[in-house]
Amino acid sequence: MGVVHGEEMVLNIGPQHPATHGVLRLQVRTDGEVVSKITPVMGYLHRCFEKHCENVTYEQVIPFTDRCDYLSSMSMNFGYVVAMERLMDIKVNDRVEHIRVVMAELQRIASHLLCTGVFGLDLGAFTPFLWALRDRERILDLFELTCGARLLYNYMWIGGLSHDIPVGFVESTFEFLDYFEPKVDELENILAHNKILIERSADIGVMPPEVAISYGVTGPNLRASGVNWDLRKNDPYSIYDKFDFDIPLGEGTKGTVGDCWDRFYVRIIEIRESVKIIRQALASMPKDGDVHQSLPKKIRPPKGSVYARTETPRGDLGYYIESDGSPVPYRLKMRSPAFTALSVLDEIGAGWLLSDVLAILGSLDIVLGEIDR
Amino acid sequence: MTVDFIYDTLNDFFPSLAGNDFFLFISMLLPIAGLLGFITIYGFGVIYSEIKVSSFIQDKTGPMGQGPGLHAGKWGLLQPVADGIKLFIKEDIIPASADRPLFILAPFMIFIGALVAFIAVPFGEKIIIADMNIGMLYILGVGSIAVIALILAGWSSNNKWALYGGMRSAAQIISYEIPAGISLVVVIMLASSLNMQDIIAYQKGGIFNWIIFDNPFMPIAFVIYFISALAECNRTPFDLPESESELVAGFVTEYSGTRYAIFFLSEYANMFVVSAVAVTAFLGGWQSPFPNFLNTPAFSMFWMISKTFFLIFIMIWVRWTVPRLRVDQLMHLCWKVFIPIGLFNVFGVAIWTIVIG
Repeated sequence: MGVVHGEEMVLNIGPQHPATHGVLRLQVRTDGEVVSKITPVMGYLHRCFEKHCENVTYEQVIPFTDRCDYLSSMSMNFGYVVAMERLMDIKVNDRVEHIRVVMAELQRIASHLLCTGVFGLDLGAFTPFLWALRDRERILDLFELTCGARLLYNYMWIGGLSHDIPVGFVESTFEFLDYFEPKVDELENILAHNKILIERSADIGVMPPEVAISYGVTGPNLRASGVNWDLRKNDPYSIYDKFDFDIPLGEGTKGTVGDCWDRFYVRIIEIRESVKIIRQALASMPKDGDVHQSLPKKIRPPKGSVYARTETPRGDLGYYIESDGSPVPYRLKMRSPAFTALSVLDEIGAGWLLSDVLAILGSLDIVLGEIDR
Repeated sequence: MTVDFIYDTLNDFFPSLAGNDFFLFISMLLPIAGLLGFITIYGFGVIYSEIKVSSFIQDKTGPMGQGPGLHAGKWGLLQPVADGIKLFIKEDIIPASADRPLFILAPFMIFIGALVAFIAVPFGEKIIIADMNIGMLYILGVGSIAVIALILAGWSSNNKWALYGGMRSAAQIISYEIPAGISLVVVIMLASSLNMQDIIAYQKGGIFNWIIFDNPFMPIAFVIYFISALAECNRTPFDLPESESELVAGFVTEYSGTRYAIFFLSEYANMFVVSAVAVTAFLGGWQSPFPNFLNTPAFSMFWMISKTFFLIFIMIWVRWTVPRLRVDQLMHLCWKVFIPIGLFNVFGVAIWTIVIG
């Protein structure tokens, strides 16, 4: 029997739609339920981040980075301060580095929890989403304990941190990790090995490594395609070279390498690896050290430019900063990992059913704040 | 509570007016009024249990008001009432580009479909509104009215999401009626009757006489029926017509306020009907699980409702546990798995009845 072709219909998914993870609009051409072309339309959340930065001082940029990827603000801060410290040649003490790593990895767990939970939600499983959010709350509580904010922290400063960690933070974090590790298994059991979820995500939206590399996809999406690329290992910044952890890769356990299930599962293993890093960092954290020790009195970097990249939960985040010697950046450019992940959607999503496209979108883990900036 | 019973009672009570048409009218109106009251109370009960069961599964408390007047009453018991009031006083929006008459008609049709099925549900030896000799067939038949209503809703909304939802529901409900019907055929073969009361009478005498334990084929038939019933009620994992994260809200996308509430209530009413059919066909109907324990007519309603609620509880449990199937997997499951197994079952039961039974 031949394939029946009907009249094509253009469907607007979003900007207000439960599965677009923000205000993304997908213009899809559909033939019945089969999607033939996906055109992402973005810019609904554009807030002129890069232009704003040219009008504020270097330290005032940090709150803006918070608001780019609002689900991993710590990692966004981290990338910016790493770039600035490289530009100004500041060396921060060990305690600061350890705290930064702990915060960034806690943030990675929080972000991956949300991603895996929402992936389940996109496929119609409501409960794992709430379980994931329940555990994410505990991480946000830890952040609140540290800096008073639960979503937008403005915590990492150029040359230090806004506050030292409070008394009892290390103990509460260990307590949280002890509570959390069995919960990861629980999340994995209800989602990853569920027959329906495997049916829905294995072999769907396969992203071959060549496609991923040519589109510049990074982070868990790239690693799910079997490419071993993690800046924490390949281009270590901060003190990541001190810790012992593995980089999980997609293996195609349930289907093909680089399918939705792999992208989802890589994140679950990454949560476990982050737990390992946090345990090591907390154990080896120096007891003394002033977090304001290396704060420069005046932030006026020398003329020149810097490009620094860090590994956020969504991948390879780069900041290009051009300085003309004044206290205001001449130009600041951000390389957004979610942007490249979204650009590959048409390549891997066309030809699938409407439900699959939304599953693929969920597995790419995009954040519109960072795409539109 | 049959119509005849009330009619006869009225005639006996007022011999001078016997044979009055007004009595006939009253005796039809009373059961319907009782039924509407039952559905309303049941609606509050089932919505409350949905909220609370999902809360237990999701590790949260759900509504927990302290005392009337504050929040949602003791243990949140007034939450469904508050939800209902909220929905009924909301602005009723009909989109300008909608097909107005059909848009208004759809919620009524789906509710009628759910309501008329209730009249053949037996709650006890005498507590059945219409004891038809084709009860089972009747319920299967009127259950299909929902399809037309869903297509009407999807089409008349003039919304692409609603259209997708309507089309999906048409394909889904029509397909799943076949395995549901096939698994009920084996019950009818055993009981040799389409009458609901006859089917229940066949299962007299405790739990081991229930049809589900009648022969090795029956548990399979029960499972097929129950899963197909989930699909017919558009419950997760078969909630494709209204799949929230894909189709916004499917066929109810454009509905709001009272009309939405009617769709909502009909879904729950449908859940009761399919569960009640499963209880009647497989789980002994209104009879006690033990031969001589609380097996009086007074308790028949209790047994019927508790068994039905047990199945509804399983539906809620499943809903909050598993993800949703894709539309082609749904069809695959129906046509390539359930229907062959169901047909094999019919064959197996036929052989079994001849050789062993």
